[in-house]
Amino acid sequence: MRSLLDLTAPLLIGAVMLGAALRGVNLYEAMLAGTRKGLRVMADILPALLVLFPAIRLLRASGLPELLGRLLSPLLDTLGVPPDTALLMLLRPISGSAALAAASEIIRQCGPDSLTGRTAAVMIGSSETTLYVAAVYFAAAGVRRSRWAVPAALCADLACFLSSAWICRILWG
Amino acid sequence: MRGIFPKGGVIRILISYILLAVYLLCSLCSPALGTASAAGAAVLEGTQEAVSFCLVLTGSVCLWSGVMELLERSGAAAGLARLLQPLLRRLFPRAAGDGEILSALTENLSANLLGLGNAATPAGIRAARGMARQSGGRPSDELCTLVVLNTASLQLLPSTIASVRAAAGACSAFDILPAVWVSSLCSVAAGLLIAAVLRRLWP
Repeated sequence: MRSLLDLTAPLLIGAVMLGAALRGVNLYEAMLAGTRKGLRVMADILPALLVLFPAIRLLRASGLPELLGRLLSPLLDTLGVPPDTALLMLLRPISGSAALAAASEIIRQCGPDSLTGRTAAVMIGSSETTLYVAAVYFAAAGVRRSRWAVPAALCADLACFLSSAWICRILWG
Repeated sequence: MRGIFPKGGVIRILISYILLAVYLLCSLCSPALGTASAAGAAVLEGTQEAVSFCLVLTGSVCLWSGVMELLERSGAAAGLARLLQPLLRRLFPRAAGDGEILSALTENLSANLLGLGNAATPAGIRAARGMARQSGGRPSDELCTLVVLNTASLQLLPSTIASVRAAAGACSAFDILPAVWVSSLCSVAAGLLIAAVLRRLWP
């Protein structure tokens, strides 16, 4: 099981390649086209990262999130959530880039294999930019009222953060 | 990781105010907290960090998007769609009556599972438009459920955050996968459960 997870990347890519080859896809050409799309994605998010990274770096350096974490720590400790992830949880439903920047700060500072670093990665990997997605869908459908959709989606996010902290504590705590 | 780069007008305005609040609050509070010098240096460090983060991440994001392209061209989404149809008929009984909406729904869900954000959003929007048409522009229960499903992450392979972990020197970037799946399941289950309760209380 362990070595299987270690080999996730090559095994997965190999399996996808095999499937594509069986369907007669030109592997090299398709991957080149996909890679070009990836470059465009990175070029597109760089401006957002350039605006958001300094702000998040500033916020973390100012010590305010620590203050927030300390204020919330009685609550977060009871729930078993690492206090360092408070900022990430606040940003996650609003902005994907800001959450990515906050998570990478946590991962860099606490280490990728620390409990806090892993919890941050699981949190961001198992959630979406809720408010943004909801705004896009309702705007595209031309529906002005959203009834219970946003509260339910935010509750799902909360469940996601709590379960991320819980499963990480079980696996690596 | 869909929606990294927000386009929605309301959300951009919200982020603008948050940015303003961050700069003002930090400038005012950091002297009191004794972090003024660190905060002063942080802004310019942040720009360098954004560039190096982007550079470090580019390689693996590009490789994964190459793999996603393979998946898309080999028609994996269509294969998965056939498996998902019975589930969708139960979740969206009214919309499933319309063949066009059902196919948009299955495309949306399977592309979400495979992490094909480029394919998932247009299909989801087609389904949402179809549902709005069915209910005469009202936010029907099924439309709200679709949004709840799409705001929970269904992606089986969170490749971006795995790349971030790999770049930070994780011993095994993907060893978070089982935890991500459990947590995704919990969040989808919670979302659908709350939806089932709220649809009765919130007409």
